[in-house]
Amino acid sequence: MSRQSNRTTDSKKMNSELFTLTYGALVSQLCKDYENDEEVNKQLDKMGYNIGVRLIEDFLARSSVGRCQDFRETADVIAKVAFKMYLGVTPSVTNWSPAGDEFSLILENNPLADFVELPDNHNTLVYSNLLCGALRGALEMVQMAVDVKFAQDTLRGDSVTEIRMKFIKRIEENLPAGDE
Amino acid sequence: MVIFSVYVVNKAGGLIYQYDNYVPRNVVLNLSLKWWFGATVGHAILSINGVDVMGKNTADGKDILEYLKDSANYPVSIRFGRARLSSNEKLMLASMFHSLFAIGSQLSPEVGSSGIEMLETDVFKLHCFQTLTGIKFIVLADPRQSGIDALLRKIYELYSDFALKNPFYSLEMPIRCELFDQNLKSALEVAEKAGNFGAGS
Repeated sequence: MSRQSNRTTDSKKMNSELFTLTYGALVSQLCKDYENDEEVNKQLDKMGYNIGVRLIEDFLARSSVGRCQDFRETADVIAKVAFKMYLGVTPSVTNWSPAGDEFSLILENNPLADFVELPDNHNTLVYSNLLCGALRGALEMVQMAVDVKFAQDTLRGDSVTEIRMKFIKRIEENLPAGDE
Repeated sequence: MVIFSVYVVNKAGGLIYQYDNYVPRNVVLNLSLKWWFGATVGHAILSINGVDVMGKNTADGKDILEYLKDSANYPVSIRFGRARLSSNEKLMLASMFHSLFAIGSQLSPEVGSSGIEMLETDVFKLHCFQTLTGIKFIVLADPRQSGIDALLRKIYELYSDFALKNPFYSLEMPIRCELFDQNLKSALEVAEKAGNFGAGS
């Protein structure tokens, strides 16, 4: 069933199943080419990173959010604005660490992995690792170094998909002027 | 009312895109050369009869002064204007502006000031918008032109679309994307028309 996107920006409606199919074709071809789950995970992360560094500008241009004051605000913007804008889902932000530098995004459904089942010989494959790379790349362009990984994955038998994001440090090189 | 040029500067201060839109004044000279007509000190000949000159020679390779002395060539249409900046000079000026932008925020008496947002002279206003990722979009426009803030945001959108979504464009490198050029030109036209109805920004 095709999902109607309800973005107010100039959205060209496209069948989301085509997107799921495209991503699936990508992952399966990578698996054939590399034959090693770890290697595929790495490649997906790299590809996600390249997407992230470009997508952040599109996000900032269209959503006109300003600089976030702290990591909590960043988490809210990622969940409520970014995920909504690009994937049409709104994950919930939970499981904050006591220091406030780690949180989880809980996704009820993952549009990248609709209709997907992982076979037994690929149980270390992180199917949606592109998302982790994209989040990492995008935040790096706004001077935040983060570590992103999947803590739970419905494809591997868990009940929800959980992405764990940890703030590592602020990137001080090449700060845009006026941002100290 | 006109938008004169657009510059895009990357994070490191290097110029990655430049577009000039100014139309110098045209002068048609008939029998005798009136050198003071419309031109001023410091102006150079930009084109003769619609064809750009190259240094001291016309496009055909003839020396300009010789060509103009020969009355058989009259009437001749000469375009004067400020000698256009070479691309090296533009690169240098962009890097200098990048540093000045940073100085702008450092000079501030309050903490957390932005860099230079506007630079005004009697002939033009320079508007600068820096994104959260460090890219600067600079527009030089007529002082009475309004709506430049919206234009800067529009150029940011065009950049995120036609430059970044082009997989063959590498980040921080000079932008050589046809689609970006075309869409930028139409955005400038729209902004110029809209600006005619507004008061100065």
